[in-house]
Amino acid sequence: MIRLIPHPFLGLALLALWLLLTQSVSPGQILLGAAASLIGMQAYAALDAGPSGRLRVRLIFKLAGLVAADIARSNLAVAAVILFRQPDRVAGFIRVPIALKNRQALAMLALIVTATPGTLWVDFDRRNGTLLLHVLDLVDEEVWVRLIKDRYEALLMEIFEA
Amino acid sequence: MIQAPDLPLWWSLIVGLLVLAGAGMTLVGSVGLLRLHTFFDRVHAPTLGSSLGAVLIVLASIVCFSVLRTRLSIHEVLIVLLITCTTPVAFMLLARSALYRARAERSAKTSETTDAEPSDLPPGSGDSDLAR
Repeated sequence: MIRLIPHPFLGLALLALWLLLTQSVSPGQILLGAAASLIGMQAYAALDAGPSGRLRVRLIFKLAGLVAADIARSNLAVAAVILFRQPDRVAGFIRVPIALKNRQALAMLALIVTATPGTLWVDFDRRNGTLLLHVLDLVDEEVWVRLIKDRYEALLMEIFEA
Repeated sequence: MIQAPDLPLWWSLIVGLLVLAGAGMTLVGSVGLLRLHTFFDRVHAPTLGSSLGAVLIVLASIVCFSVLRTRLSIHEVLIVLLITCTTPVAFMLLARSALYRARAERSAKTSETTDAEPSDLPPGSGDSDLAR
């Protein structure tokens, strides 16, 4: 059985995307956007990524704020690494144990980590939950593990798995 | 571009600074691609352009066209949203293929010479996700 609106928030987001792109809120565009978002929702449902759950707006904004601040900060840090040669800089791989199981939460974490300059999601072993991460400026391994686990994983768990 | 002279001086200064800062950030990222040495170091550099560089240029566009058309122009935000959602996929793909190749090369080398070579690569777990 095909549900007409399997992911209501995704549908609304797609409609908002359409209206922003066309820069109009005329009835015609709303109709076209609604049609596009219906198709989009069915396509997403076909991927079978699991239920999208409740929308915790406050937490999502908190996460977005954290990520934006971290991306801005690490942009400057990586720029400094590039512009001023630091002979004692160590780059390397670290392993982070990840307890997240939800696929969408893991995808979010992968996007966050990779979109942030200086950290790169390399490999994730789903069976034992170890994430292999490459860090450009690896001063203290423990600091990075704590950053991933306390700052992002805890929030993502609250958003997706609570 | 034809509308640009209509931009008040102060606003054009702000827009100019934002564009220059964004372009500068992207340039630093490209310089990093040249200056860093190993593959995994170099992957980090271009993310400067796809994060802060893009954000600053989009901000300049928002300011410029909001002032020119005297109404809020925020559809540029979509550029940032779509870039942050798509570029990491490419970076991860590159990183994983590089890791896969490094592990394959190393296992080929160790089977020939059988001496323990120092390497900052993580020990390959043979049956990782990459193999599937």
